[in-house]
This record gives sequence, C-alpha cells and structure tokens, in this order.
Amino acid sequence: MCNQSVGLIASTVEKAGIPTVGLSLLREVSKKVRPPRTLFVPFPFGYPLGEPNRPDLQHQIIATALELLKSPDPLPILVDFDPR
Amino acid sequence: MARIDDLTFSDRIFMKGYRFRSVDWLPGARLDKPLSQSKIALITTAALHLPGQPAFDKSIRGGDTSFRELPADTDVNRLKIAHRSSAFDQTGALQDRNLVFPLDRFRELAARGTVGDLNHRHFSLMGSITSPKRLISETAPAVASLLQQDKADAAFLVPV
Repeated sequence: MCNQSVGLIASTVEKAGIPTVGLSLLREVSKKVRPPRTLFVPFPFGYPLGEPNRPDLQHQIIATALELLKSPDPLPILVDFDPR
Repeated sequence: MARIDDLTFSDRIFMKGYRFRSVDWLPGARLDKPLSQSKIALITTAALHLPGQPAFDKSIRGGDTSFRELPADTDVNRLKIAHRSSAFDQTGALQDRNLVFPLDRFRELAARGTVGDLNHRHFSLMGSITSPKRLISETAPAVASLLQQDKADAAFLVPV
C-alpha cells in the first residue's frame, strides 16, 4: 500500500504548488493512483533505491528521477528505470 | 522486480479487489528554477523515526496516518524502522537506510551543487495505509503545508 500512499502524498503536495517526483515499486498501483511524476524501479519491495551500500546505483536512480522534475512533457509522467 | 503476485495470498486477494484512490492534482506544478538552485525535501513511507520519537502504531486498523519530521542533520543509520507490512523486507534497509531514505545521497548532491539545498526537515510515514481517508484529508495536506512554509521547491518521495 506504500505505493498508493506515496502517490496520494505526491498528488497533494503537487496540488499545493510544489512539484514532486516519486519512485514506484508497483506499476499497476501507480497507474491507478496516477501521481504527477513517477519513476518505476524494477526492484523488490523494501529496495526502492536498488541495493544497500551501492551509492553509485542509488545516485543513478535519483538522477533519473530528478530528470523527470525538469521534463517539460505533459503530466502525468511514468518512466521505467533501466539499470545499465 | 516487485509484483502484486509476490505478495502473500491474502494480500494479493486484497489488492486485486481494492479500489485505489487518487487525488486530483491537475494541472500540476513546474520547477521554476534550475535544480542547482532548488531546495529539496524527502518523504519516505518506510516508517522511519528517530530513537526519541514515538514509533508508528502497527495496531491501528486501516493504518497509522501520522508522520514524523526528520531533521536535516539526522544520522540516517540511527533511524528506527517501525513498519508493519510483511511485504517490506527490511534486511537491506537495516544495512543502509539510504535504500529507503536516501538522505546521504542528497547531501552528496547538495555538496556537488547538483541540487541547491536540502530542506531543514524531511518526512516519514508508514505507508501501509489501507483506509487513506485521513491521509488524504489531513496528513498529506499537513505535510504539503509545512513544505510551503519551508519554501521547499520540490519533493522526492520513496515507497517501500
């Protein structure tokens, strides 16, 4: 239910005029909740930033998510993270 | 990759029949300055709390919709995890809280100048809320209002 909660909080903060970007572990849920900007990450529950003690991977995920904040594309945006 | 099929049988049945909620946020907000000049706040639903703060209440039906403020100078690996979800495997987060609350990574980004600044407080909730009425009507607006007061420019959210 965390993915619904994140979507609802993101939507509310966005509505208050502050742009948001959220990670998601469940695409099915984020598609229904439809928050403004979502980076879907292909990791198990409990591992949204990929792996513990992997700052390189964590930075890659954050950088990809922050790109969505800068994107001029129409909202909502739902993008898949692709670990290379 | 996490899938609904990874959940326990009872959680799966629940999720399949669940009516997911949404909040109308259209038309959306836009970042009106470069990231390098923007103040960012983090929001996690991993139920993290400081050792001195009350834990989240796992017994509340429908979920504990309270939140905890985590100050910017928080030592992340001292944070406790009070999450009730059986789907949330805490093994990784117990080794490195940045896995669910990447404050150290954002400190590095601020030091490098990739982001302008970090808000003086961040927010933690317990995400396993099945009855989100109060989350929608009270908790999320309260967090949004604090972020407005803080003049945060953007928020980065992490589920578990």
